[in-house]
Amino acid sequence: MRDTMTEPLVRVDDLKMHFPIYTGVFRRHTGDVKAVDGVSFSIQPGETLGLVGESGCGKSTVGRALLRLYEPTAGRVVIEGEDIATLDPEALRRKRPTMQMVFQDPQASLNPRMTLSAIIAEPMVEHTSLTAEERQARVFELMDAVGLNRRFANRYPHEFSGGQRQRIGIARALALNPKFIICDEPIAALDVSIQAQVVNLLEDLQDKLGLTYLFISHDLSMVRHIADRVAVMYLGRIAELSPRDALYAQPLHPYAEALLSAVNEPDPNRARRERIILKGDVPSPANPPKGCSFCTRCPKVFARCRVERPELAEVQPGRFVACHLYTPDAGQTGASGVPEHNQQGASS
Amino acid sequence: MSTGMSQITTWLRDPNPTSRRQARLGQAFMAWLRMRRNPLAMVGLAIVAVLLVMAAFAPWLAPHDPITQDLSNRLLPPLTPGHLLGTDDFGRDILSRILYGSRITLFIIGLVAVTAPVFGLLVGTVAGYFGGWTDEILMRITDIFLAFPKLILALALVAVLGPGMENAILAIALTSWPPYARVARAETLTVRTSDYIAAVRLQGAGPARIILGHVMPMCLPSVIIRVTLDMAGVILIAAGLGFLGLGVQPPLPEWGAMISAGRKYLFEQWWVATMPGLAIFIVSLGFNLLGDGLRDVLDPRSAGR
Repeated sequence: MRDTMTEPLVRVDDLKMHFPIYTGVFRRHTGDVKAVDGVSFSIQPGETLGLVGESGCGKSTVGRALLRLYEPTAGRVVIEGEDIATLDPEALRRKRPTMQMVFQDPQASLNPRMTLSAIIAEPMVEHTSLTAEERQARVFELMDAVGLNRRFANRYPHEFSGGQRQRIGIARALALNPKFIICDEPIAALDVSIQAQVVNLLEDLQDKLGLTYLFISHDLSMVRHIADRVAVMYLGRIAELSPRDALYAQPLHPYAEALLSAVNEPDPNRARRERIILKGDVPSPANPPKGCSFCTRCPKVFARCRVERPELAEVQPGRFVACHLYTPDAGQTGASGVPEHNQQGASS
Repeated sequence: MSTGMSQITTWLRDPNPTSRRQARLGQAFMAWLRMRRNPLAMVGLAIVAVLLVMAAFAPWLAPHDPITQDLSNRLLPPLTPGHLLGTDDFGRDILSRILYGSRITLFIIGLVAVTAPVFGLLVGTVAGYFGGWTDEILMRITDIFLAFPKLILALALVAVLGPGMENAILAIALTSWPPYARVARAETLTVRTSDYIAAVRLQGAGPARIILGHVMPMCLPSVIIRVTLDMAGVILIAAGLGFLGLGVQPPLPEWGAMISAGRKYLFEQWWVATMPGLAIFIVSLGFNLLGDGLRDVLDPRSAGR
């Protein structure tokens, strides 16, 4: 489908986002919440990478750290050849138009005191030297693109429905012709009937404008619909990164297997997948278990999992799994330095 | 006439405004309608409006000169023909003095209202937005100011600066900004983590643009409400400074100074101190009622936005 040798638009190397914990009277630094602890992946131009996982696994933090809304603790985020994580403020400002974000809660992501056209025009005030009329024309163009009636231009956000608000958020993200858009659970706050509309709009825009998406969601069926490849996150790390069809047909990582077994099968006549019910709770990211982060709940756990942390490695063409079930049982992990580089060619 | 009115209201209520100005005016109109539902707020608004009219038209409304003395008519009781509220110990008409005194009160309120909240807003939003050391330093300074009772601090400042209206205003402004800084900081802390600020940061906006363009407008309603509620306190402090002889100097008809002058006759000629006291009481009440009403109108949470 895609040229496997093209340079990825986005490459993330060993991204870490630790939030410090201060305790006691003297506010001593006593530990870190390891929200994201060594995540690596790459996204090809025009591709949609789905990022799934349960609440609190760090998927939204990945999205925000990628765009420097948080200052990453360590790691590289290379977008179009420039490392976002270390860019100085002015260079970062110039880079901003390339990458935008669609937020989860369309109510909270729109300033309640600004009219729709002011919201959509604002990025242009910041980055272009268009006159007021040219900006207004572009606002109308964007409103057409996302399917908003032009008559709504001077309404306030509270006068819109959730789906319409999300369209405003998408129009704002598109205002500066970005290449890469992070969709941070864009449909989680919407009615089921509206979710499909918004997802279809995102897909149409991708076709028309050649956008690249990182689609963060916990809705596995929606990710199956929109994503080309899917990364499954657990406790700040990627458990499995596979092409969509392969992952949904046969998940390799035990956590991915358990997660996907919870998806409802649309056809009731087909054999229902065995539900895997995980026991216990997700460990605290401030104090993750030694060894594999999933070892406390994994149904297939064995001795090695508790002492040695599995690295993400390619176990089948294009499929990356961080699990000892698939790594050769040698004393040392031969793959420790390799994984972040060998996924460039990974595509379906 | 009525068709003209209804045309204006339909223009204001237009769900699809054609310009940003129309949208803003429409919002203001909706706020006005919400405000009208609250009778107490309307009473407050009426009192403040009457104060404004009194101040604006004092020379035409006042039956006598507020300063000229007429010792043959001293200490006349209220309802004496020609002196509705009686006269004071120098034979000056109390009604006229109250009318002219409203100008001084309004002048003090106005100057305090445009200086202290602006300063407090700036300190609070900067402290809240940047956090860390900036926050620590600015808020500790605020705490120092808050540690003294307002009136005591104002007294100390006037004692240093010397008595007079300008110094009294300066002292009141310097002592009344910390609560606004607190309010603005609290509001900023909730606003700065919101998604629309994240969206603005993603557009590459710097801190100045975010604070002035996005954080301050969100803090403004809380601060305005707080200012309106504090106006009563400002009037009382101004009156208190006047009472102690540290504010506006005689013979200017400042309400607090008038009470102070009437103190000597409190038991025999009660009206000399009571009339300006009533004026202070009514105006303070008016601002409090208006502030309460504004809270319901301006607070974005209760307005259902």
